[in-house]
Amino acid sequence: MKSTKDIAELLDEPACEHNKKEKSGCAKPKPGASAGGCAFDGAQIALLPIADVAHIVHGPIACAGSSWDNRGTRSSGADLYRIGMTTDLTEQDIVMGRSEKRLFHAIKQAIETYSPPAVFIYNTCVPALVGDDINAVCKSAQERWGVPVVPIDSAGFYGTKNLGNRIAGDAMVKYVIGTRDPDPLPVQRQDIKVHDVNLVGEYNIAGEFWHVLPLLDELGLRILCTLSGDARFREVQTMHKAEVNMMVCSKAMVNVARKLQQQYGTPWFEGSFYGITDTSLALRDFAKALNDPDLTERTEALILREETRIRKELEPWKARLKGKRVLLFTGGVKSWSVISALQDLGMVVVATGTKKSTEEDKARIRELMGEDTVMIDDGSPRALLKIVHDYKADILIAGGRNMYTALKAKVPFLDINQEREFGYEGYQGMLELVRQLALTIESPVWEAVRAPAPWKIKIPQIPPGPPLLKGGNRMVEAG
Amino acid sequence: MADILKRNKALSVNPLKASQPIGGSLATLGFNRAMPMLHGSQGCTAFAKVFFVRHFREPIPLQSTAMDQGSSVMGADENVREGIRTIAEKSRPALITILTTGLAETQGCDVQRNVREFREANPEFSDVAVVAVNTPDFTGSVETGYAATLTEIIRALVPDAKEAGTYPGKRTTAWMQEVEQRREQLPERQVNVLVSYMLTPGDLEALRDIFEQFQLRPVFVPDISDSLDGCLTAEDFSPVTIGGTPLSEMATLGDALATVVIGASLYKAAELLEARTGVPTYSLDHLYGLKANDKLISALAEISGREVPERIERQRSQLQDAMLDTHFMLGQLRIAIAADADLLAAFVDLVQEMGAEVVAAVTSCNVPLLARIPAASIKIGDLEDMEIIGKANKVQLVIGNSHAVDTAGRLGAPILRAGFPLYDIIGGYQKTWIGYRGTRQTLFDLANLVINYSHEEIPVYHSVYAQKPASELTGHTGQALSCH
Repeated sequence: MKSTKDIAELLDEPACEHNKKEKSGCAKPKPGASAGGCAFDGAQIALLPIADVAHIVHGPIACAGSSWDNRGTRSSGADLYRIGMTTDLTEQDIVMGRSEKRLFHAIKQAIETYSPPAVFIYNTCVPALVGDDINAVCKSAQERWGVPVVPIDSAGFYGTKNLGNRIAGDAMVKYVIGTRDPDPLPVQRQDIKVHDVNLVGEYNIAGEFWHVLPLLDELGLRILCTLSGDARFREVQTMHKAEVNMMVCSKAMVNVARKLQQQYGTPWFEGSFYGITDTSLALRDFAKALNDPDLTERTEALILREETRIRKELEPWKARLKGKRVLLFTGGVKSWSVISALQDLGMVVVATGTKKSTEEDKARIRELMGEDTVMIDDGSPRALLKIVHDYKADILIAGGRNMYTALKAKVPFLDINQEREFGYEGYQGMLELVRQLALTIESPVWEAVRAPAPWKIKIPQIPPGPPLLKGGNRMVEAG
Repeated sequence: MADILKRNKALSVNPLKASQPIGGSLATLGFNRAMPMLHGSQGCTAFAKVFFVRHFREPIPLQSTAMDQGSSVMGADENVREGIRTIAEKSRPALITILTTGLAETQGCDVQRNVREFREANPEFSDVAVVAVNTPDFTGSVETGYAATLTEIIRALVPDAKEAGTYPGKRTTAWMQEVEQRREQLPERQVNVLVSYMLTPGDLEALRDIFEQFQLRPVFVPDISDSLDGCLTAEDFSPVTIGGTPLSEMATLGDALATVVIGASLYKAAELLEARTGVPTYSLDHLYGLKANDKLISALAEISGREVPERIERQRSQLQDAMLDTHFMLGQLRIAIAADADLLAAFVDLVQEMGAEVVAAVTSCNVPLLARIPAASIKIGDLEDMEIIGKANKVQLVIGNSHAVDTAGRLGAPILRAGFPLYDIIGGYQKTWIGYRGTRQTLFDLANLVINYSHEEIPVYHSVYAQKPASELTGHTGQALSCH
């Protein structure tokens, strides 16, 4: 089990603006009135996209049983991450102290069956509480079978999902990054210099990063690793050799960027690939950080070409979406990044969620939306619906968990979180975004579900006709 | 009858099992104005919530005692009490269940005592029923958690017949008043129906219809067809369940003519109900297939003292006709089934009734029912076990939950999605499997999955002498067969 000191250290994140306000960074959950995942949830979500690793959840069935196979992240090849693995601890294991032994054998089984390049062990509440020493088990398993076995000590009760993200990042820095140097460049291009970079917090949901990757290839930016969308273990190992790191869209693993800067001097910047404006900004930031005039020149040319192309393709859609009112409810940095995407389309964002946003994020939101912006801290279904009604929103854009809140209230909805099926990143992703927005906003079902049943509609009184026969036919008088 | 093969590997790969608190939550969600609260860390609840939301595509009321580092080590009694109090204050539900998780049980919680303490400290919430159940994740499965929770709810809420003045078939005042009003036609008589987790909201609706045709009024305990049936309600949001068995019905279960229990996992709960109320029990393992439904219809005819309605007889003969039609596809078909025991028993009976062979039967944990299931052997394990056994036995069709879709893909066999969770199809929760009609549709679905698929086609052969156009000569790899 992690000590209170370890957890306090993880919570104290100098690169996170929340730090200035309160030490813990995140409010303590209230029994009987809490939502959101635990530290294990966060750790698993952060690392599961590493596609060739055997991810073993050490705990009773609830942890893996209710959560495996539950993410929209895509792999271009390896698919071991889609195989759910857990030690599925039983009462006997716990009472008799056999859980460490089961874990040891579980690692053996995973290695023998699937020959993974590495095994990740996620610790959960029960083994943490009974005092399983997973670090020691991982160490001896690694010695025994010669395959890296990485402990990720992420018991749910340590704290929130956000803390779990950091625990995951911390484990990567501690055990994986820096254990291998990058391969030599496979393709040598005479004309340009290729730079090595990382992306941290890019999850390749629905394969959306593949909208952006071709552009980076074209510019000569080699992605050593994305932590962790479509990543491989051997890529994570080389992350220390990057010239610059980009924190994509979320501060969840900001500790990774900060530690890489401390240990290897790698500079980092924060950016997003959602929306035309932000995608272009991210590309420019790469060129700026790498300080390569030739790259800057080629970047500007590419931005001009892509923006012209996509704006032309979006034109017919803009007419349909212009002026539509959006209530946006997402966590943290995504708020401002999606706002700019929606404004690119001429839509009006009437309010946005800021529960997880930092003061800096809020300042950016004000900059984009004006001083009178409604910022929502209370994410309860009732509060959201009230704002939808009060501000006459045409659509709610939020995470999947709010989907049925919206649909029950007969409000159009677009899913923007990790479980979604569609990719919105990059210039090309905007086309998918408008398609999905139009699909739900323009659907005829809303009218159909909002209208009362035909027999509930009052019709003018008609004079009583002849008595009804059985079966509803009116009796017709003969002659 | 079956050989039961126990778990013999350390790692569970592609788990079949869902945890006990999931089952306990599902049972709770079948009561009106109810709120389950899992006693554990936040993630226990968050995962369970996502599990249900994906399956039912409904907002799911579910709360957490939110154990953290401090309370995990120092004791979480206050979390339970505060959690109950918060829910009672905020939503004033009719029922709160406290379901323990692996974390709370390992720590050594005593939730029954916590509930007593809450009662003493907060008499103002005496109208909120609170039931604590031990449902640790590290033992049992969704099936046992559901059964344990239902048993505890009955224990807490069904009064002893002597104290309550109930007796089987009692003509209650309300009933007598209705007799006065309706004169010619006698009002319906009550029958309690304890339903296993394997019955979907669609199943319960069909079952209600069958009972009503016998002039019987079924009281489902619990009733997810009223709370999780995907119904747009007048209220746009409710923190607790809307619909489900009203708690007021629990007090008068003792007045019923009979109790029908469906699912072997609930036989213990039914015993308790009979001991409390003296109402006689009719036990049915499931309602899949012709024979099982014949048993139900005979029981209802006996309880109601009425003839079997013509409509039901007609549905029965329709099913018989469908059995004839589909036996061409289903006879001798090699089937793999992965499901919890109640559902496994149901499918084994159904497909064996059609002449199919169950070549791989996998279930999540050991329960007494397994010994009675007429399969050669039953493996307690995971979907990997089903894959391995299925592969060895050249399986042609898989029956399992959405997690088994990839497994079926690797086995090269089509899949009939059934059980928990079903997240990659729409309306899986609503499918009607039971009754003559539901069975008929299931047979059609099974047959359609294999109608063009199960028999191996003759491989394409290309003559070297053939006068084919050049464009046809490339890429002769044969047409790939796909079931999806």
